[in-house]
Amino acid sequence: MAVRVEEIRVPRGRPRLADRVRGWLDREAILGPVFVTPALLLLLLLVAYPFLMALYFSLSNAFIGRPSQFIGIQNFIKLWESDAFRQTFQNAFVFTGIAVLFKVVLGIALALLLNQQLWFKRLIRGVVLLPWVIPTALSTLGWWWMFNSLYSVVNWTGIALGIMDPPGPNWLGQKYYAMAAVIVVNIWRGLPFFAITILAALVAIPRELYEAAEADGAGANARFWHITLPLLKPVLAVVVLFSTIFTFSDFNIVYVLTRGGPVNSTHLFATLSRVVGIDTGRIGEGAAISLYLFPILVFVVWAQLRFVRKQAY
Amino acid sequence: MAVARRPLLRKTLLHVGLVPFLLFALFPFYHMTLTSLKQDRELYDRHAVPLIIRQGPTLEHYAKLLQETEFLTWTKNSLLVTALATGASLLIGTVAAYALARLKFFGVGSFGTGIFVTYLVPTTLLFLPLAQVVNWLGLGDSKWALVLTYPTFLVPFCTWLLMGYFRTVPKEVEECAMVDGATRIQALWRIVLPIAVPGLVCAALFAFTLSWNEFIYALTFTSSSEQITASVGVTSELIRGDIYFWGELMAGAILGSVPIVILYVFFLDYYVSGLTAGAIK
Repeated sequence: MAVRVEEIRVPRGRPRLADRVRGWLDREAILGPVFVTPALLLLLLLVAYPFLMALYFSLSNAFIGRPSQFIGIQNFIKLWESDAFRQTFQNAFVFTGIAVLFKVVLGIALALLLNQQLWFKRLIRGVVLLPWVIPTALSTLGWWWMFNSLYSVVNWTGIALGIMDPPGPNWLGQKYYAMAAVIVVNIWRGLPFFAITILAALVAIPRELYEAAEADGAGANARFWHITLPLLKPVLAVVVLFSTIFTFSDFNIVYVLTRGGPVNSTHLFATLSRVVGIDTGRIGEGAAISLYLFPILVFVVWAQLRFVRKQAY
Repeated sequence: MAVARRPLLRKTLLHVGLVPFLLFALFPFYHMTLTSLKQDRELYDRHAVPLIIRQGPTLEHYAKLLQETEFLTWTKNSLLVTALATGASLLIGTVAAYALARLKFFGVGSFGTGIFVTYLVPTTLLFLPLAQVVNWLGLGDSKWALVLTYPTFLVPFCTWLLMGYFRTVPKEVEECAMVDGATRIQALWRIVLPIAVPGLVCAALFAFTLSWNEFIYALTFTSSSEQITASVGVTSELIRGDIYFWGELMAGAILGSVPIVILYVFFLDYYVSGLTAGAIK
């Protein structure tokens, strides 16, 4: 080893090409760019460029297999005149708002339970996390079957327990029930992420704080509101921001469960954009719909960079 | 007496509180498994109790799935796409993450921000223009389109996760090696990567899971039975009109999840630690 280093430092005559390359690669100003080039190329060609294309499409009358023309913001005007889009816009906020709220509340509750001394701790964690790792499209098929209009096991159980009147709701065929169904599945699938992340933050809270509070006579409630919740805030902020963007942009659950129906009452931007852009071929309009996800993305990135990362570093 | 009993009572109550959550998490899988094992006669009997199997289990749905559908082809496609996309993304992500965590060079800050932003870009934002790009490249209706496009969300993810791991490796270890005459690449290969193995395993697991679970690209870029992945095949090809197909459909959903479940059982702790380290999607 040492011999080779001497060779590089005291080269006899002109160093060999391999040695010169090695010398270059040892310089941070060269190795850095070399290391990031593959990732950079990929992101430029397959993320940044498609994004610009989406912008152009949204301002054009692009249609599958036809040359497109620039038409300004006509797509956006047309969208606001369409009932389907206005319904979708409203759905996106209802769906995301309710789902994220439930995931936060249930996530905190579940994390508090998991943070206690438990039997079979590892097994319980494994079960809790399971919905999050199974392919969503496939597990949603299971929910589709559970909400089936004739054989719904949800309704069977509800009737058996006396909570529902036979035959029970037609979950996927009625407006509000269908929305409730997609929200339930989204909560089911997203809850593990909330619970496990919040649990990690709970574990990090120093025990002394609770002991001191207890010594001062603070009850369990007071300890939760004055110690646990304030200390969870940074993590909750990250989790809620991440979840907001991925709930807004959800596709799989709605596509498998309802295809946006009945009468557009569960369409989200992604599912409507697919129907318009792929099924009917109006790429321009489809791109305009999916671009509505962009302001949400900008907001989340801005909030993350401004508040959350400042706290983290 | 009361003092000795109360911790146990408290502990029992805690577990009772967990029961609804565990039922909620597990019931869909239980019901899917049950459905896939039931005979059609019992499955479509509206007076039967749906929560148990009374008339004996059967594997006929699984047999039909494997013999009469292209399920094995779809699974093979899934495996190929997932393995290649994961491998490539891990490689690209590792070097990029190392550069971001350790090296000082022009533009490193903005590159880091760029990675963070693309990490948050949902796949549903770009699937329409990407479908065009895929067509231009002559990869329309080909699984290779997926191998090409999955790294767009896997690379930012791997880079972000690994950057965190590399930062936890003490700089001094590496510097020692370089003082002893190793080049930076040798130090990375022989010193840093071996220390960061848990991070690499974690990134590989999550990349594998994310690409196995990916749906909208696969649904949009591929359509013929020889090219589609397991998720797309089960959700689109097993559903035929009004014919009763639920047993087969559930069998497909269960078998399509098996590779992930196997990984999950063996690497549960990595999943937990990766999730809390910022594995979000």
